[in-house]
Amino acid sequence: MAVVTRAWLLSDTPASRAQARWGRRYQLWLAFRRNPLAVAGLAIVLVMLALALAAPLLATHDPGVQSLADRLQPPSAAHWMGTDELGRDTWSRMLYGGRVTLGMVVAVVVLVAPLGLIVGCVAGYVGGITDKLLMRVTDVFLAFPRLILALAFVAAMKPGVESAIIAIALTAWPPYARLARAETLTIRNTDYVAAVQMTGASPWRIICRHVAPMCLPSLTVRVTLDMSSIILTAAGLGFLGLGAQPPIPEWGTMIASARRFILEQWWVPVIPGLAIFAASLAFNLLGDGLRDVLDPKQR
Amino acid sequence: MIEVQHLNVHFGHNQVVHEVSFQVAPGETFGLVGESGSGKSTVLRTIAGLVPGWDGGLAVNGKTLGPKRDRAFFKSVQMVFQDPYGSLHPRQTVDRILAEPLAVHGIPDAETRITRALEEVALPRAARFRYPHQLSGGQRQRVAIARALIANPSVLLLDEPTSALDVSVQAEVLNLLADLREARQLTCILVSHNLAVIGHLCGRLAVMQGGRIVEIVSQAQLRDGTARHPHTRELIALSHELEG
Amino acid sequence: MTEAPLVEIRKLRVDFPNPAGFTQAVRGISFSLGREKLGIVGESGSGKSVTGRALMRLLPGSARVQAEALRFDGIDVLAASERQMRRLRGGRIGLIMQDPKYSLNPVMTVGRQIAEAWLAHNKGGKREAREAALSLLEQVRIRDPLRVLDSYPHEVSGGMGQRVMIAMMLAPNPDMLIADEPTSALDASVQAEILKLIEELVSARGMGLMLISHDLPLVSRFCDRVVVMYAGQVMEELPARDLHRARHAYTRGLLDCMPSLSVPRPRLPTLNRDPAWLEPKR
Repeated sequence: MAVVTRAWLLSDTPASRAQARWGRRYQLWLAFRRNPLAVAGLAIVLVMLALALAAPLLATHDPGVQSLADRLQPPSAAHWMGTDELGRDTWSRMLYGGRVTLGMVVAVVVLVAPLGLIVGCVAGYVGGITDKLLMRVTDVFLAFPRLILALAFVAAMKPGVESAIIAIALTAWPPYARLARAETLTIRNTDYVAAVQMTGASPWRIICRHVAPMCLPSLTVRVTLDMSSIILTAAGLGFLGLGAQPPIPEWGTMIASARRFILEQWWVPVIPGLAIFAASLAFNLLGDGLRDVLDPKQR
Repeated sequence: MIEVQHLNVHFGHNQVVHEVSFQVAPGETFGLVGESGSGKSTVLRTIAGLVPGWDGGLAVNGKTLGPKRDRAFFKSVQMVFQDPYGSLHPRQTVDRILAEPLAVHGIPDAETRITRALEEVALPRAARFRYPHQLSGGQRQRVAIARALIANPSVLLLDEPTSALDVSVQAEVLNLLADLREARQLTCILVSHNLAVIGHLCGRLAVMQGGRIVEIVSQAQLRDGTARHPHTRELIALSHELEG
Repeated sequence: MTEAPLVEIRKLRVDFPNPAGFTQAVRGISFSLGREKLGIVGESGSGKSVTGRALMRLLPGSARVQAEALRFDGIDVLAASERQMRRLRGGRIGLIMQDPKYSLNPVMTVGRQIAEAWLAHNKGGKREAREAALSLLEQVRIRDPLRVLDSYPHEVSGGMGQRVMIAMMLAPNPDMLIADEPTSALDASVQAEILKLIEELVSARGMGLMLISHDLPLVSRFCDRVVVMYAGQVMEELPARDLHRARHAYTRGLLDCMPSLSVPRPRLPTLNRDPAWLEPKR
């Protein structure tokens, strides 16, 4: 059966739209699989997402329940990763914290990628005044250092996960718009776009169905590579007390509140630090692998 | 059918086409020949509505054309591009490429039309769900021709349709174009740098140099050497020389 | 035979890996080249360019190159060290490619590029190199060599760029030129001029020329012998002046299917690709 599916996927003469599409995806996967580091990155990302999703099943304790008698315990059979300064189980808090941290990252990407794509494609394709206007707005956002703008925004609103997401999203979209615009400028002048224009399709249709899909690969790569910096910004905001608010577990916030114990009970801040490190590294490896496979300029 | 009068095209401050005028009768195939930079492709792309910044008179089917073309224009006028590698969307299958004009014009019955279009350009059924990179140059150009013809246009603009192809494939594509032109009563404008290709398909042709038409000659004049302009004569001499 | 040929190729095979195994690009071709002009003609995918590149060992590392003999002036190209090859490439064999736009360095003046090519294989100072570059530009018959010397590649036309390319390749005084579709990107009028220039320079300097092209009539006008390739094999080898007496159906088909200005035909004969042409020869 496995052989039959492989042949079906690799067929030179697909018999249906679906087969052609899946065949292409399979080819990409084959190319991706040849890069062990990228596969490792993907594996780590998937494991982390799975752990975060399955947090209620895997957690050994309630992440919010304090037990001051057991504070700052080293890892043991009862507390796999020890306990924090309020005696909460670190393992359980890591799992729930993953939900918050990774959830923030996903939320930011879901907000930012389509926004950047649309702004960039429209600016690049339509050109003229629209382009100038959209790009100047982009420049305004780009001119602020990311963390500072996020800080100002969160400070103006009430600190919390939602405002942190919006703040990071506000500062993260301009690079995608720039990237998408640059890609669009080259795509706009190709003959295949001229050919679609010759069908009489509306600009909107051309952007959505023909231009944007060509920008997607490089955007995907860029987003994946940026995930780590989004994680770090989220953690940074948490660390500064402007992201997730206690008692919500979030990796950055966890480091912030445990930083006092770094010399005596070093594992308390180091464990969430390692998680942030691993997640950033995994996304970077994944992004590098994706670039090799998806970016047309590499072919 | 197609009327071009005193056409001027500017790219920024650079005028690339000067006072170009010609008419093409229904069912005729008109040639534009010249060396690179002579403005022949620009004239064609301007007619197609792909070039902004022109002035002069353009009319197709008796309708005067403005800077913006409507959907009806694109239903009756279609174009085949030079580079079959660049004119097909690299991430769309042949099926999707052919379905697009049908979707835009709201033409029903895509399934049978696509099958028929593939038959018409003699592409195997197996090619339907392939991506362009899985096809040869000649097959890609056939896909481009099928796409141009699928919405039943009356005018076909051909921009160096065979110059990226091998000579044996060029012969097949030229034959195909001749057959389709016959079967569908198409009016065509063919742009090429190759005088032999133009002479093969076109009844009349304009010789362009430096953005201007230097002479309009008939196929017969081309053959019996009664062309007057030195540039035309030069091109004819070169073409004979290369035939050996 | 009084002396060994400049290039000797015997049973050359080149395979490229693909997901399903190997694609055979060249399938056992043999020919030799003295100080003469040899045309290699074929359609895309016939393996003609790969052959030229195999001789200069310019193929990607993944390609599998095998041959009973692949020699340039007695040097075994397959066994030569990378240092030997560097001396061959650009030193004793010059390569002219299709589009000068992509083979010239866009941020360096033409004069410096030629001077560098000269310096790489000659001893001398900067001034001598510049003198040499100027004289080379004169040799490729550029009308205003002093001006061209100090211009950048984007400031010269396609034909001029190709002349510059040729001058660069001539700088080290090579024994052989490989010209891979040197004129396909140029207008017909320029095409003839460039090929005539290459032909004259090659004859005057007593070099060998391997002219790789898809254009059979064009090649036959400028070469002594023509090798016709199809699907990685040699179909026919014949003196250029006997082209019209070509016997192989493929060669005949190629000549026949071109539209002609002097002999109008309502339909062009198309090439019937005989599966027998694909059979391994001998």
